[in-house]
Formats: sequence, structure tokens, C-alpha cells
Amino acid sequence: MLLTSSAQSHRDPAALPRLLITVLAIALLWPGLVITEFAPAALVDPRNLDVFSHFLAGFWPPNTSPEFLAMLGKATLETLAMATAGLALALLLAIPLSLLASRALSVSALLTGRPSRWASAARYPVRLLLILLRSIPEIVWALLFVRAVGLGPTAGVLAITITYSGMLGKVYAEIYESVDQRPARALMQAGSSRLAAFFYGVVPAAAQELMSYTIYRWECAVRASVIMGFVGAGGLGQMIDLSIRMFAGGEVVSILLTFLVLVLLADQLSTLLRRRLA
Amino acid sequence: MSIRLDGVGLTHPGGFRALEKLDLTIAAGERVAIIGPSGAGKTTLLRLLGTGLNPSAGRLSLLDNDPTQLRGRTLRTLRTRIGLIHQSPPLPPRQRVVTAVLAGRLGQWSLPRALASLCYPLDAEGARAALEPLDLADKLYARCDQLSGGQLQRVGIARVLYQGADLLLADEPVSAMDPVLADHTLALLNRIADERGITLVASLHAVDLALRHFPRVIGLRDGKILFDCAASDVTDNDLNGLYANDSLLGAASESAPTIAALQENLIRTAPRCF
Repeated sequence: MLLTSSAQSHRDPAALPRLLITVLAIALLWPGLVITEFAPAALVDPRNLDVFSHFLAGFWPPNTSPEFLAMLGKATLETLAMATAGLALALLLAIPLSLLASRALSVSALLTGRPSRWASAARYPVRLLLILLRSIPEIVWALLFVRAVGLGPTAGVLAITITYSGMLGKVYAEIYESVDQRPARALMQAGSSRLAAFFYGVVPAAAQELMSYTIYRWECAVRASVIMGFVGAGGLGQMIDLSIRMFAGGEVVSILLTFLVLVLLADQLSTLLRRRLA
Repeated sequence: MSIRLDGVGLTHPGGFRALEKLDLTIAAGERVAIIGPSGAGKTTLLRLLGTGLNPSAGRLSLLDNDPTQLRGRTLRTLRTRIGLIHQSPPLPPRQRVVTAVLAGRLGQWSLPRALASLCYPLDAEGARAALEPLDLADKLYARCDQLSGGQLQRVGIARVLYQGADLLLADEPVSAMDPVLADHTLALLNRIADERGITLVASLHAVDLALRHFPRVIGLRDGKILFDCAASDVTDNDLNGLYANDSLLGAASESAPTIAALQENLIRTAPRCF
């Protein structure tokens, strides 16, 4: 592989591993395109375009009748409430779990630089629990809870709580580990408890990222609550489901525009808070 | 008795012997400088004194406690009595000075009190009193990222003063400062330790600063104490012996294998990049 000894001495030692990883990534991605029969040419095929444009033509103009808008407003509030309540409940679960799962607050790491084997073994079940919570998609939970607590937003709230606590807990634990560990370690070295060291040493550095991720997840929860509406969990999802069944394209577009506004608002809120915390 | 080491040795997990059979006694209120070449074990010794490492041999007594025998709350209580001054102060950039100083007493405070103080500083006057002798009282509500390196170092000192530690450990406290500021800061640290009867142990690279500011100087080399005497009794011969670099002179000596071991250790722990 190496041409001469002089060429070897001038070569970046990281070049070969990088090349291998690139080749490996392509080798892994290519079958994915083959398996999914990915053929973008079908999109611009004239016949398909015709069908497509006919379908889209039925969507315009958006429905703006007062009765519909009143219904839309109520459903939007229901969706927002579902996403917010679900996320708030998920936070109640995720924050303690992330603290338990994170290596950032290890006391044994103070002595040796890395957590002891026992401490890592104790953290593992928590990580496993977080995996369990997020591995089942929220729509499956929603289907389950619709049967348990009946049709309506309660099922959606519970489904979001369970899945999102798993996601938030995992990412929070990793954010705590990604910030500078020295402030929290110095505080624990001076006798502070772990929780106090967390609030004084980790949170100031992690706040921006935690906030940004939480708002992004809230945005996802809004979308998720829409999808769960299809299985009867109420809100905008249930509405869009009915409109599609009744071929009311105008209503569908109004609802989609409402999504757009919601995501736009979430994005603005995130920017605002990030600037505030910077 | 503030610190007592009986035959304390420390071997790192990699097999590198950082400290060998140290016998050392430091009385309460003493001010001691530790000098020596890079890799002599100064930082290791200070981490040992700060309960950041446990000795692998011998007996260690800190403020009349054996830290290796302590667990949980009692260990935390001992740690609240030891103040560490770091080379670069570990303060979150976005934290305000008042919060950074008040964090010194987290070991004494209950969690509700700590959280309440995070929302509204409960003892801003105490923080101001700790910053006053360091000429930083006007920076009480500034953010740490608005301060210069020297100011940050003084915030770190104010924090350990507010902590009310009985033993102050400083690992290269002035290595990031210009000579004038380094001189000023060391003088200040010694004055405060002297006034309050705090034991002060500092590792230093600058020999002249150690001799000028500290009554007692310990020379450390290859994990062994070469000399331990009053600053006025340190001779040029002592210093030559301390800093003589055998490997650079090419002379075969017993310290050469130790340096090789150190390098090997470095290579083994160096991060791999892709």
C-alpha cells in the first residue's frame, strides 16, 4: 500500500482511516437506495405530473369560512395543548432520568478521571429504560391508549409523554457530558453535592443547547400530535383526516398553512430564547 | 497539624511512578512553595493533597483526617475545608461573578438554599466582602466572560476565600499571568493566608517568585523530595541539582528511564484522530 518509505513519512496518518470510512459509508448507503427502489425520474414523468397537478388543483383556494376557521382554531388549541402538556410531563420524567444516566456528575471520576465500573453498571439500566421508552413510536402508544382511555387528546398526551421522555432524557444526558466538565468537577471537589454542582457548573454552559433542543422537540411534538390525530387522538390531525376523507382540499390547505405558522412560531421562539441565553 | 505524609507513594494505572515514599509534614498556617521541573510530580502531589487522588502506598493525613478512609458525607465535609486554586479557574463563561463566588459555599449550603441563591443571590454582601481585598468588588454583577485572565484568576481566589477553607492548594496559580501581575497575585495570596492563618501550598514554575514570597520551599524531582527548607536556605547548588537535565546533556543516569516511561505513557494516552 505504501509506495516508498519517504512517501510514508510525508503522508497524513489519518488519511487512510478517513478514506476507509468514506468507502464504508458509501457501501452502506448504496443498498439503501436500491432497496427503496429510489427513482427520482418518476417524479418528472409527464403522466405522473398530470395526476399530481390535478390532485393539487383541488387544494386551492384555502377554506376561510368563519365556521371552519372557528373549528380550526379550536383544533389548533387542542393540538398545542396536547404537545405542550405531553412535553411538560415528559420533562418531569426525562430530567431525573438524564441526571441518573449522565456520566457528567460522576463522583468516582473525581479520583480516577473516569467513572468506576460499578457506577457505569448502575447507569446502564437507566440508559436501557430510556431506550425502551423511545424505541416504540408514539403512534403505537396512541393506538394503545385510545383503547385504554378512549378517543381524545388524553391518549395523545400520554403517548408523547412516554416517547419524548426517552428522547429528551438521552439527549440531555449527552449534552451534560458535552460541555466543559471542569466547573462541576471543581465544585464537587470543594464538597458540593452533585445536584448543586449540576445547577452551578453544568447548567450555565448547557442552558442554550438544552433550550434549543427542548423547543425543537416541542415542534416535533406538535407534528406528532397531528399524526396521532389520525388514530383518534383529537386536534388538527383528526381534522385533517376528516377533510382528506371528504376530499375537501381547501380545508386541508388551511390546516397545512396553520402547521406552517406553528412551526414558524416555534422557530422564532427558539431564536429569541437562544439570544436571551447567549 | 495540617498535612502529614508517611511514606506516601503514587503509581498511576499505567505503571508510571509519580511519587515515591514521600515524608512530609506541614503545620497549620504554614506557607509552602513546591518547585521542580516539569513531570516532577508537583501536580500529582497537589491533587493528592486535594483528595483528587488516593495514594497507592503509605499514609496520608489531611486536617487530621485520612481521606482514603472517608466516604460520602464525611469526605464532602473534608473537601469543603480544602480550597483549590486552579491554573485556569474553572468558571462557566456565562456565569456572573457573584454566583461564581457564592458557589464556594455549595458544600455548606442545602440544595434549596443553593437553588434559591441561583435565582437571587442570597449573600451578595459576603461575595462582595470576598472580592474586596482583590480589588474586584465593582465586578460583582459582571459576567465571567467579560473579565480578563488575571481578573478571572482573582475571582477563583475570591471563591476559595468565601468557601472559608482551612487549607489552600494552588496549582501553578500564576503561570498564565505577566510577571508584574504574577508577583502581585502571589503577594496577595500570601498576605491573606498569613492574616487568616490559612495553610497555603502552591506549586510554581518560577523559582524567584517561590523564594521571594514563600517562607518554606520544597524541591521535587522525579517524585522525590530533593530539599525542603526555609527559602533563605535554598542554595544555587540545590537549584542546579533540581533542574539539571540529564537527558538533554546525554549523560546516562537513573532518571533517564523515568522520562522514557513518561513519554511512553504520553504516547499511550494520546488521543487518536481519524
